[in-house]
Amino acid sequence: MVLRIEGLRVETQSGTVLVDGVDLELARGEVLGLIGESGAGKSTIGLAALTFARPGCRIADGRIVLQGTDLRSLDARGRSRARGVRVAYVAQSAAAAFNPAMTLLDQVTEGPVHHGLMSRAAARQRAVEAFRALDLPDPEHFGARYPHQVSGGQLQRAMAAMAISCSPDVLVLDEPTTALDVTTQIEMLAHLKKLIALYGTAALYISHDLAVVAQIADRIMVLRYGKMVEVGTATQILTAPRTDYARALVAERVAASRSVSTSDDTGRGTTLLAIDNLTVRFGERDVVKAATFTISKGETVAVVGESGSGKTTLALAICGQVARHSGNVYLADTAPAPRPSGNVQPASAALAPGNGDSLRLGGTLLAGRLSRRSREQLRRIQLVFQLPDVALNPRHTVEAIIGRPATFYFGLRGAALRARVTELLAAVGLDASLASRLPGQLSGGQKQRVCIARALAAKPDLIICDEVTSALDPLVAEEILKLLRRLQEELGLAYLFITHDLGSVRRISHRAVVMLQGEIVAEGPAAEVFGQPSHPYLIKLLASVPELRVGWLDEILRGRAGTLAVPNELITP
Amino acid sequence: MRVRPPASALIGAAIVIVMVAAIILAPWIAPYAESQFIGGVWDPPGATSWLGTDNLGRDMLTRLMYGGRNTVGIAAVTTAIAVVLGTALGFVAAAVGGWVDNAMSRCIDILLSIPVLISALMVLSVLGSSVPVLIGTIGILEATRVYLVARAVARTIAVQEFVAVARLRGEGLAWIIGREILPNALPPLIAEAGLRFCFVVLFIASLGFLGLGIQPPAADWGSMVRENAQAINFALLAPLYPAAAIAALTIGVNLVVDWLLSMYARPSGHALEL
Repeated sequence: MVLRIEGLRVETQSGTVLVDGVDLELARGEVLGLIGESGAGKSTIGLAALTFARPGCRIADGRIVLQGTDLRSLDARGRSRARGVRVAYVAQSAAAAFNPAMTLLDQVTEGPVHHGLMSRAAARQRAVEAFRALDLPDPEHFGARYPHQVSGGQLQRAMAAMAISCSPDVLVLDEPTTALDVTTQIEMLAHLKKLIALYGTAALYISHDLAVVAQIADRIMVLRYGKMVEVGTATQILTAPRTDYARALVAERVAASRSVSTSDDTGRGTTLLAIDNLTVRFGERDVVKAATFTISKGETVAVVGESGSGKTTLALAICGQVARHSGNVYLADTAPAPRPSGNVQPASAALAPGNGDSLRLGGTLLAGRLSRRSREQLRRIQLVFQLPDVALNPRHTVEAIIGRPATFYFGLRGAALRARVTELLAAVGLDASLASRLPGQLSGGQKQRVCIARALAAKPDLIICDEVTSALDPLVAEEILKLLRRLQEELGLAYLFITHDLGSVRRISHRAVVMLQGEIVAEGPAAEVFGQPSHPYLIKLLASVPELRVGWLDEILRGRAGTLAVPNELITP
Repeated sequence: MRVRPPASALIGAAIVIVMVAAIILAPWIAPYAESQFIGGVWDPPGATSWLGTDNLGRDMLTRLMYGGRNTVGIAAVTTAIAVVLGTALGFVAAAVGGWVDNAMSRCIDILLSIPVLISALMVLSVLGSSVPVLIGTIGILEATRVYLVARAVARTIAVQEFVAVARLRGEGLAWIIGREILPNALPPLIAEAGLRFCFVVLFIASLGFLGLGIQPPAADWGSMVRENAQAINFALLAPLYPAAAIAALTIGVNLVVDWLLSMYARPSGHALEL
């Protein structure tokens, strides 16, 4: 056993127990996945392996035995030596972990040189080897760059190089791919796998995504509220989970990777919003290039793309928050003449520029600038943001937050307003007693529900959802998606659902728009777009979504062995 | 859970309360009238006058209490004007942005580029020193400092998504400034107000010392330092009493503001982030 943790107990200074009675064992070259929602204590356990506790917390009890020595019995000096040398840590955000003022090489070689393990030249040699093993471009000179001069995926790999610079016995990988796009994530995973095989280190792999862990871990431990729920081999957890909680986690992930379930309803209603050749330009660059599509009443249109593909900018341009360079956005009048069903026209034909078709649709041209739009136009399009923490005013109560649109648009006050707030809270599945709380007193999922309730308060026709589930835990995200679907059925809302998470797209959208570098590369019914992907980018994107089975990554990598330069013999045991 | 204020806050509050009470109640509790001559020049402290007499034989304690009425009263009104004006302008600049922000900020820069004492001396020598002119001049000059803080704070808040939500809803400037930005900007503004008050007290005292503040025979702490400055030559404590009053008030206010800030910044039931 390389690492053995027994009866670990971590508490805050005020006595709240974060992790209680966790035991784990890690053999040489073995990878143990730690799975659970935020607050489950995954990271706390990972840090405890370094005998480190976050400020305000302390390791209250338990043994942390590394190669026969109990790290807790060491003095501060001994512990600090063990950290980085024998146990190394890779954090979720490499950008936050690197010093922006030092070159990558200086930071990667700092550990071994500081601990006196090797000379600067030898450390440099090793760093270059690691850069090469990690397929970083120009490994000889890669280290001369500063953190801001490399991409997010490269920085994450550089961090892995830093972690193994002292040849540690144990690597603690804390959500190392969570902040990456799916296509980058798959490469990072492959490289981590290769690194672990190459150096024979043991690893704790912390993640909330079961499918990711399944690709790299030999065994998986499921955690909840700081306690171990279940532990077993990766295959056993995936195929035959013994506890209810583990079953729920697996079921959620299975639902995420199932093919389109809502798209059977493809009969489109009347057009609600038409986007015609919309271009947004920042400086010289077109962030959104001639986007054209329509959203019908009561349907969900997903906009899919990696970060930087222009999907959020597109949403903000529709809202009027960002000025558009050219193109038009039309919003159907409140009571449009009913159109015969089945008369489905491609968006571009219905709204070719300048042919006056928008008038035939009974639509009104929306002004590019927010300040030029009428209150009624603003009311009908509402936005829900990705991070509920910053989308809610921390000094306003839930009641004030939800009640304001009701007062602002409909003039509700007093008892009528309170009744409306209660009704809205009930609609999003929140208890009426939460009305007097401040956002800081709510959980992430509750906050997002408050954001949705605030949007509903305006009685909108269209809600633009900008990555509304990506900051949430999988099970909470699943609940939010269910809520959105239910509200759509009850209220006939249309959604513009912006996301990089293909799993949620499959579950919620009727139609999909795929964006790549500001351009729409695929558009149509979700079943068609994802069922028969036509654009190479989309094919690659779909293939990069981890599937919930052991060995998926290996198959993918074998399939594209030529394109991804990771030798196969290192990937498959 | 009610948290007991720290000792420093209690000391600060005690200083401020005692001084303010003494100042407000001066006409009733002061031993003598404001300009009553009771003895010789710079008499030492004794039973009839606890802190001795000043350069004209008036009771030092009485003069301090009446002087405080002027110094602290004017400083309070001036600070209020400076904070309200500076905050309002700073918030408008941050919330509207664009050319409005640019135009306002450049105008403020012009005012900032001239030392406040010079500007005040210019205005006061042209308009003459009266209480309204004093309040107006110092209020506007100090407002430029508040503007800088308020604008910087409001800019960081104005870019947050809850403000974007309010804008997308169609809210007007008054709501965005008053309801979205202000509650979140209060802690730094409370700190700024406390700091500003101390600066204004010192400013009024400086002008008093230069003879441009409150005009005699009315007392104020600054002019009292000047009137009694010569006493230092005779190893007498007379000028140090008003100076000590200024120092004590400034320290007391700072201690109270520190405590207010810590109360406001205390997280209200945040779940521990993990």
